[in-house]
Amino acid sequence: MSNRFAIGDSVRVRTAFPAGHCRTPFYCRGKTGTVTRYCGDFRNPEELAYGVYDGARSAVYRVRFAQTDLWPDYDGPAHDKCDIEIYEHWLVGEDA
Amino acid sequence: MTDRRRHHDMGGLPDSEPVPTREHLFEPWEKRVDAIKALLSDDKRNLLTTDEMRRGIEDLGADAYERYNYYERWISSITNTLLQKKVFTVDELGRKMAEIEARQEDKPL
Repeated sequence: MSNRFAIGDSVRVRTAFPAGHCRTPFYCRGKTGTVTRYCGDFRNPEELAYGVYDGARSAVYRVRFAQTDLWPDYDGPAHDKCDIEIYEHWLVGEDA
Repeated sequence: MTDRRRHHDMGGLPDSEPVPTREHLFEPWEKRVDAIKALLSDDKRNLLTTDEMRRGIEDLGADAYERYNYYERWISSITNTLLQKKVFTVDELGRKMAEIEARQEDKPL
């Protein structure tokens, strides 16, 4: 499986609000972060949650966000980060 | 945009209570629910994925989500999923629950 993103890539989480089960936290949608790790290929929880046990595997990335980007009123240190593991179909590339 | 957040997806909400970090004991029934989940998801049975259980918990609705404790959410979701998968019927479940209730009444605590 070829990975769409490489370590160091700037990625944005899709601003999407599907009605069903998904693993992408609400608070990071629409936010931009940096890929720090390729975690492997995994079956899609959005299919596993509905009885599809044999769907295609997809790349999962660890994406690092600045806390100040996630929370407009964040009052901790400016260098604080938040790492979130996100499935590839939730990410779009940002032009550097 | 906030109204498009699903109820369970509450990470970072300003009114969230602090997470209690102290260890606490589980009731015997809670341990049993945990064991039931593990057995249903093992390679031999493969009847329920954690994702399906999560989906069922999220679909309980905001009211039940708040009212139920952790393992009550688990067993509610497990039950609904197994009904949907025709592992047992509503009637079978009802009769079994009545049978167990009657057994408990016979037994002094």
